[in-house]
Amino acid sequence: MSAHPLDKYLVTKRLPHIWCPGCGIGVALAAILRAIDRRVREGALKPENLVMVTGIGCTARAAIYVSFDSAHTIHGRAIPFASGAKLANPKLEVMVLGGDGDIAGIGGNHLLHAARRNMDLTVFMITNMVYAMTGGQVAPTTPTGMYTTTTPKGNPETPVNVIKLVAYQGANYVARASTTHPALIERYTYRALGMEGFRFIEIISPCPEIFGRHIGFRDPVELYEEIKKKSKYKPKPSLEESDLDWERGWVLGEFIERNEPGYLKRIGRV
Amino acid sequence: MSRCEYIPANIAIAEGAMAAGLSFFAGYPITPASDLFEYLAEKLPERGGVVVQFEDEIGSINAVIGAAWAGAKAMTATSGPGFSLMVEGLGLAIMTETPLVLVDVMRAGPSTGVPTKTTQSDVYQVRFAAHGEYSVPVLVPWSAQEAFDLAVKAFNIAEALRTPVILLTDAALAHTWERVEIKGHDEIEIVKRRPPCNPPEKFKLYEPCKDLAPRMAYFGEGYGILVESLAHDEEGYYSPNTEAYERLVRRLVAKIERNSHLIADNEEYLTRGAEYVIYAYGSTARSAYAVVKELRREGLRVGLFRPRALWPFDAEGLKKATESAKKVFVVENNLGKMVREVERVLKNKEVIPINVIDLEVPPPDKISEEIRRWL
Repeated sequence: MSAHPLDKYLVTKRLPHIWCPGCGIGVALAAILRAIDRRVREGALKPENLVMVTGIGCTARAAIYVSFDSAHTIHGRAIPFASGAKLANPKLEVMVLGGDGDIAGIGGNHLLHAARRNMDLTVFMITNMVYAMTGGQVAPTTPTGMYTTTTPKGNPETPVNVIKLVAYQGANYVARASTTHPALIERYTYRALGMEGFRFIEIISPCPEIFGRHIGFRDPVELYEEIKKKSKYKPKPSLEESDLDWERGWVLGEFIERNEPGYLKRIGRV
Repeated sequence: MSRCEYIPANIAIAEGAMAAGLSFFAGYPITPASDLFEYLAEKLPERGGVVVQFEDEIGSINAVIGAAWAGAKAMTATSGPGFSLMVEGLGLAIMTETPLVLVDVMRAGPSTGVPTKTTQSDVYQVRFAAHGEYSVPVLVPWSAQEAFDLAVKAFNIAEALRTPVILLTDAALAHTWERVEIKGHDEIEIVKRRPPCNPPEKFKLYEPCKDLAPRMAYFGEGYGILVESLAHDEEGYYSPNTEAYERLVRRLVAKIERNSHLIADNEEYLTRGAEYVIYAYGSTARSAYAVVKELRREGLRVGLFRPRALWPFDAEGLKKATESAKKVFVVENNLGKMVREVERVLKNKEVIPINVIDLEVPPPDKISEEIRRWL
């Protein structure tokens, strides 16, 4: 069988993956791996120094498919686990990949403080606006009024704007992409991997089975088209344009780019 | 080179951990464990190590686990309320077989309880609080010197068996100043982590050696390891079938229980031929020791059995030490915990719980008063 150029980054014997047809997580992972591969081919990254840390959820399963070092840990705790690994061995290029529930819900406190410390990590948050693995419960990113299995009369809460949250804490890099625009995921990942400090990339991703179907999208392509329509790329958007609004859509782009010293530098570990 | 210092158990643990090669500490402030953390914050970076205060105990224990997988000898320290928050991380460390040391300085609970004072009420919490099947070594010193020695031993067990180890002290010991011999790195036995013996393509992260503990590769060594919290096979692949699950949990438990010779360690004082044996541990054992001396002066044949490891429970050691005993008194600063284990092991003996709750340390006269009722 002819090998795919990214096969070297995957444990191919564990495929097929668990993600549903039409799910965006595989698209996101592929784009991230393409960016990693570019950095590796340029000699800027060594594959043996890559570490992917995940928590629990659909997105978190990515850790079990990558061939480089990885950890599939517990719900919400990927960021402190990753911080410990990076602090113990600064040579490692440590990435965290998680869903919106994992990163901004149960792991929200760790996210806030890692951003505040400007911890030398790249965190990818796949936003599908629902707890998918457990069957469709409300997420911190679920749009107001939307049906979920635990808000049958509609979500009464305001969704969290994680872009603002992380940006206000002093993260070095804050961007939003979408699996409907995989080239942006690749570009932002490539940039983030060349930086120090805390780097955060939100990736909007369709969940046709648990999110889409529950709100009336019978076909994965319909949900994909809807998310594509709502995602508007903008060069250098402001934080004021960062709200995640189901009615008005959302902006993709690089909201923050700073070059403040990362945590390791601050404690003299570099 | 060794040196002597006048320090409390909290500081002795910090020194013991550094002597054993500690290189990473993450913690969150909590009485009565904070001064251990503060001491390391000053000392460990001078030796090239890292000390970080995390946002909570959950972050601390997970950072310690991550650091261990990046090759560090790692530790955290807390007390009951913080331990409660660390329990899910402890479960992760057990499932992923991560070597680390977790210091628990007991205070009085439940909940916020009495932060500055002691009890021995968390001896079940440290052993049973996580969900699922497991066993975890728990060491329990009775002095500042022993706190130093057992800190070293805790790291050695952690490395030998690829397991978290709990070092259990209490608020009284934490701040009782005593003379401690601080041995140098070259004067103590250091057990090293076992590296892979296979090339990366053949290495299995959870494949046990003969002693049931697996070898360990770190992040950054080119082994492409998967640290997996799901139930897994020897390669680390999720295996939701009975056979693989049973094999895993039986090994996780047997790894500790069958290697209890590396952990079990008891001090016996006048137990040979004793008519009465007192079972006591930690700070309470110091008073129990005084009671044994007091009763011996009166001609009573009393002895003391003091485990330095509470778990795994050393049934054989206890049986042997109590062979001649008619009655066994279990003296604890709680409402009766280890006494259940003693009763389970010594089925045909009279086992009497002596539960003296005292926020300082149960004084000898309170203990002897209780014991005298049964003599």
